[in-house]
Amino acid sequence: MKYLTAASRLLRHSSRNLSDLGSNLQFFCSIRPSSSCLSYPSLRSYERFIQDDCFHRKFTLKNICFGGSGVGILHSLARFQSDGIRTHHRNLASTASIPERNKSFATINSDDISYFNKVLGGRGVVQDEEKLDDANTDWMRKYKGSSKLMLQPRTTQEVSQILDYCNSRCLAVVPQGGNTSLVGGSIPVYDEVIINVGSMNNILSFDKVSGILVCEAGCILENLMSFLDNEGYIMPLDLGAKGSCQIGGNISTNAGGLRLLRYGSLHGSVLGLEVVLANGTVLDMLGTLRKDNTGYDLKHLFIGSEGSLGIVTKVSILTPPKLPSVNLAFLACEDYLSCQKILVEAKTKLGEILSAFEFLDINAMDLVLKQLDGLRDPLPSSKHNFYVLIETTGSMESHDKEKLEAFLAQAIESGLLTDGVVAQDINQASSFWRIREGVPEALLKEGAVYKYDLSLPPEKIYDLVEEMRQRLGTAANVVAYGHLGDGNLHLNISTPQYDDNILAKIEPFVYEWTSKQRGSISAEHGIGLMKANKLHYSNSAETVQVMAAIKKVLDPSGILNPYKVLPTSVLSQS
Amino acid sequence: MKILVAVKRVVDYAVKIRVKPDKSGVETSNVKMSMNPFCEIALEEALRIKESGRAKEVVAVSIGPAQCTDTLRTGLAMGADRAIHVEYPGTLYPLSVAKIFKALVDAERPALLLLGKQAIDDDCTQTGQMIAGLLKWPQATFASKVVLDEGNKVATVDREVDGGLETLSLDLPAVITTDLRLNQPRYATLPNIMKAKSKVIKKLTPQDLNVEIRSDLEVVQVTEPPQRQAGVILSSVDQLIDRLKNEARVI
Repeated sequence: MKYLTAASRLLRHSSRNLSDLGSNLQFFCSIRPSSSCLSYPSLRSYERFIQDDCFHRKFTLKNICFGGSGVGILHSLARFQSDGIRTHHRNLASTASIPERNKSFATINSDDISYFNKVLGGRGVVQDEEKLDDANTDWMRKYKGSSKLMLQPRTTQEVSQILDYCNSRCLAVVPQGGNTSLVGGSIPVYDEVIINVGSMNNILSFDKVSGILVCEAGCILENLMSFLDNEGYIMPLDLGAKGSCQIGGNISTNAGGLRLLRYGSLHGSVLGLEVVLANGTVLDMLGTLRKDNTGYDLKHLFIGSEGSLGIVTKVSILTPPKLPSVNLAFLACEDYLSCQKILVEAKTKLGEILSAFEFLDINAMDLVLKQLDGLRDPLPSSKHNFYVLIETTGSMESHDKEKLEAFLAQAIESGLLTDGVVAQDINQASSFWRIREGVPEALLKEGAVYKYDLSLPPEKIYDLVEEMRQRLGTAANVVAYGHLGDGNLHLNISTPQYDDNILAKIEPFVYEWTSKQRGSISAEHGIGLMKANKLHYSNSAETVQVMAAIKKVLDPSGILNPYKVLPTSVLSQS
Repeated sequence: MKILVAVKRVVDYAVKIRVKPDKSGVETSNVKMSMNPFCEIALEEALRIKESGRAKEVVAVSIGPAQCTDTLRTGLAMGADRAIHVEYPGTLYPLSVAKIFKALVDAERPALLLLGKQAIDDDCTQTGQMIAGLLKWPQATFASKVVLDEGNKVATVDREVDGGLETLSLDLPAVITTDLRLNQPRYATLPNIMKAKSKVIKKLTPQDLNVEIRSDLEVVQVTEPPQRQAGVILSSVDQLIDRLKNEARVI
């Protein structure tokens, strides 16, 4: 599989293979189930049962007929989770909010398969169960679809023919790239045909003077970064999933990431797109111009619409030059107010060289150090409540170092910082970043996680975290980290297993709280499946109506990524 | 007891190296430079010995162009007490470095001289050994464990050799070069970085030490290793034999 880079292989090994039945059996053999009345063989077969059925759409706890020991099994499995095994589990609450399969969508038949075989020349039509298994499951292992067909087109023409056909047959489709969505946006909900653009991974051109890169949508972000590194440029975005995520997906979700503070959002860096609409029409908007005010700037509709208005096939993006002087400081603060003050200080004192400002709280730090290997605490002398990561990027090492050291000296003197380290070489810098970027992975290894990605006024961010801690008490570990520089909180509630009671305490409280602050219920992760009927928390009814109208214009049959982004209720009205 | 630690400013370990178009060397302008990782380990060991109360002073020494002061500042930020910078803008080979160190050691009289086992830019692995030869001091190279006795008279050093580990007992003063598994260097903390600003970096030149830099070596050309050829899929055994015979000429 082409998109399995080293990074994604690591992710797969850590979160997927551990729940692989084969490796689990070895693990089970060495552990005695403590108080459960089940012996090994029966436990294995029950686990197999749960694994297979766990993802069946209609499965709920009530349907396990083990004479009431269903919950007991999940609990005993949960005990093994503390040893690091991740068994499959679902966000059970999402069953309630997933809409019924749209009856107007057709189902695949053999004629369809032969047509696709003809279009794709016999390769790129995937019906293999194992491969489909992967493509049907999201990175969080929270959702699983039941698609029976994945197509891997290699050219825009093929994508166009596929969509034209699907539109005429009313076959629903899911555009898929690296499948790293955190909100279930990249996997089918039912049996939608998966259109995976991963095979369209050519770099088409790069202009060394302007820094404009033109490439196909299936290029993996990390590969683009390596290519640009050779040319003396960098990508304007950087995120933890870079080893697997593809640029088409990044654009379709308007990905944010670590460097948004410095290089802005994709709405600013993307200069042009080539998009295929639901009926196969190819929209060539692949301009490479910095300025072009001719008519409505349609590409912005597709940036962030999560594949619901069209499939991005080619991208033209402006890349910043790679600057030689990069400095990274890992700092500790006692309270959240200091973190905010440091942010203000950093913006004024570091000014144009500030390139990233991230934070993690003590729970996040503890979790990362516990779950990930090969990481050490940069500030082992004592525990701190908050950690802040500040990165500067500039063209002159001496100038940047001077600025950074002056800023840090003042921050320590005024008591804003209690301690800190500055990376002395690239390896140290990578290990600091690994701490911040490793929190999602650590959360996944720890057990079940309820993930929220919120934009809030910076002074309110931690108030929400503290309220959640009060609400949940000892039932859950509330972990907070995020892009403090952008006012973006990643609120993660870690529990040993998914539990409806806990979910009831979290939702809709979190969304309502955010809405009251006029915040966003999804700063950068997008809506996907998880938040499809929560749009009203951050958008007025009229706005959502206009969104639905646009969807109707561009995708009248609604075949593109159905059940996602817009609430079904609004779509069925229009 | 005083410990002298040699630190070298090299191209950062994580940087992708490129050869200069004129093949005279490796591209070092606009490239991130840092302390040689083995030198970091040597400095960390010196600091640990000082923290255990065995040593009074740790002195970091670097030889090279003006920017070596950056590397020395890192050393001071890690905890060295003072630093010496022998300024020389040109290329230096291990023998010249060894001669400079001999002069420094004669002046400073440390009881222990720690170096990294090799520098990651030239991989010579010669400097420590040459210094020991010039000083006629005992040497233990590729150290993976260093233990000093009560009176700071004897060092017991585990060396990593091809066959495994070898333990040597050295009378001080001695030269020890450090290998990867000796320790994990500390990070430079902010308070120490601030303190380092006021620590002294003494500037010297090779002339001050009465050392004449001349080299018996001349770099003729630096090239990249040949590109790895892509594999070829052949369709029959006959084709394979033909290729092995006529192209690869191995049968």
